[in-house]
Amino acid sequence: MAEQNNELLVARDLTRYYEVSRGFLKGHATVKALNGVSFSLQPKRTLAVVGESGCGKSTLARQLTMIEPATSGQLLVEGVDVAHADKATLKAMRSKVQMVFQNPYASLNPRKTILATLDEPLMINTGLSKSERLEKIKAIVAKVGLRPEHIHRYPHMFSGGQRQRIAIARAMILNPKIVVADEPVSALDVSIQAQILNLFMDLQDEFNTGYVFISHNLSVVEHVADDLMVMYLGSTVEYGSKASIYAKPLHPYTQALMSATPAIREEDRRIKIKIQGELPSPLNPPSGCSFHKRCPHASERCKQEVPQLRQVDDRLVACHHVETINA
Amino acid sequence: MSLLKIKNLRVEFGSLAHPFPAVDGLDFEIERGELVGIVGESGSGKSVTMMALMGLIDAPGRVTADELVFDGHDLLKLSPSQRRKIVGKDISMIFQDALSSLNPAYTVGFQIKESLKVHMGLRGAALEQRALELLELVEIPDAKNRLNAYPHQLSGGMNQRVMIAVAIACNPKLLIADEPTTALDVTIQAQIMDLLAKLQKEHNMGLIMITHDLAVVAEMARRICVMYAGQVVEEAPVAKLFAQPHHPYTQALLDAIPEHNKGARRLSALPGIVPGHYDRPTGCLLSPRCRFAQDRCRSERPQLLGEAGRVRCFYPLNIEGSAQHG
Repeated sequence: MAEQNNELLVARDLTRYYEVSRGFLKGHATVKALNGVSFSLQPKRTLAVVGESGCGKSTLARQLTMIEPATSGQLLVEGVDVAHADKATLKAMRSKVQMVFQNPYASLNPRKTILATLDEPLMINTGLSKSERLEKIKAIVAKVGLRPEHIHRYPHMFSGGQRQRIAIARAMILNPKIVVADEPVSALDVSIQAQILNLFMDLQDEFNTGYVFISHNLSVVEHVADDLMVMYLGSTVEYGSKASIYAKPLHPYTQALMSATPAIREEDRRIKIKIQGELPSPLNPPSGCSFHKRCPHASERCKQEVPQLRQVDDRLVACHHVETINA
Repeated sequence: MSLLKIKNLRVEFGSLAHPFPAVDGLDFEIERGELVGIVGESGSGKSVTMMALMGLIDAPGRVTADELVFDGHDLLKLSPSQRRKIVGKDISMIFQDALSSLNPAYTVGFQIKESLKVHMGLRGAALEQRALELLELVEIPDAKNRLNAYPHQLSGGMNQRVMIAVAIACNPKLLIADEPTTALDVTIQAQIMDLLAKLQKEHNMGLIMITHDLAVVAEMARRICVMYAGQVVEEAPVAKLFAQPHHPYTQALLDAIPEHNKGARRLSALPGIVPGHYDRPTGCLLSPRCRFAQDRCRSERPQLLGEAGRVRCFYPLNIEGSAQHG
């Protein structure tokens, strides 16, 4: 986690606010979808971002893939700040960060054959000839475990697992440095999920890609991640290596998430920590620590003061009472 | 006598000449107050089975069974109007996506009261009182005001609670929950599962929990049925099923879970996909994907056999005294 000079991706205090209308004559409100997030990613490593819906995971993905500009903060992709870059730089950088979406039924164009889908990024971003492009497409299709004749078919002729393979092929065809995967296996069955996760691992081994793996499934995350960032309502609450966080989660929210995840083996089950209620509205976040209304350890201080992310043992945690909770 | 007994249920779609069996000879039983999990991947027929039980399969789908008995009523012999008196009252169902199952044009209060009016004949203050009671039972805060809320004003977890309130409104004897937590976050999932388990115990309901996530039922159910391509392939008490799965498919499902591959870079994945309309094998339905398959498996269909736990396989795994292979 220490800053090295081979960082693929560095985010410093990355922030994204949205202005939303509250209705006629009521003025605008600000949603702090991403509220100062910092992290880094090295080649051949996987950073998992975990949290419930509404925690800012997908906003983060939109920042990383340069779909939207950041409100403030820095985002360095291979040392180039893309948060405040001009159009030409952005176009060049975008091909280095690719994305795999959650729902392969919605993320592929139903009117395009697989060939056309895979050809488009090559046409736009490379100067390859038609035969060279076809060569590349055939190679990547074989890599993701599909047959050559599949490229002339349409998405509806494939199963969910196969579609996700196509989506992965589309993401990998430009040899990106970074792949952002937003819940890539949550729409798939267990046996298909295992096939797709294996494919992700094999491609990473071969191309040294850095993955940002967004998921709410903690057992999948435990399998794929090297580092782990737990988010709650737009902020990081715990960030560190996967091994240490899974061995001993320190933030009460991380603890609650882990205890809520069902397990098959009795020895894998954690003591159930019941947390009440649901994620508060980001339009009207609670004062102080955003988790205090659901936290079993909340005190007066949590209601007033926003906890800062600070070094605790081998990781970063944002909680006033980490030491006393885990003593 | 069991609460529900299904024998040789078959649900077919497609033409008569080339029928596709979505459910193929399914046997299933549940006792009063029992919690059974049905596990299987998409296309395994778990939802279709329950739709057939509820009478929700429309033409051209065809439902046949040797026996379909609920609480002493032979559902196959009942007229549609007699059946409607049972469905929604004594058997009720919770669906996966609460937001699309609730009617967006009516308040949640109206939707809870609807079945109370139809099945229980409640009116006026008693109706109001019972609806409020139900919302409180499913632990919705500020229940009184929420009665007048529309589904879009509530979160996914809250809507699922409303669905549960609608389902348990008439004190059903059997509750079917079809993937009740798949669309929810983990912390909300834990709350909903707790609630279902609590209600099941308090009301001594039979609860059928349909899911594709083995871990969800592992902590709650006593008995689990594993379905594959329209058939039950294995049925056993939870602890036995997870410790010593007999069917290769159950074994493969367990092996594919990241939890069971700690420290390994690759998961052991089951190759291929569930057979569809045109590639249904003649022998055992798993045979094209099974790494233990032998000649017999490719030509002959195995039956669901056994006493304490049943398995549909010629060469079951983990059986004492039998020849191990693989």
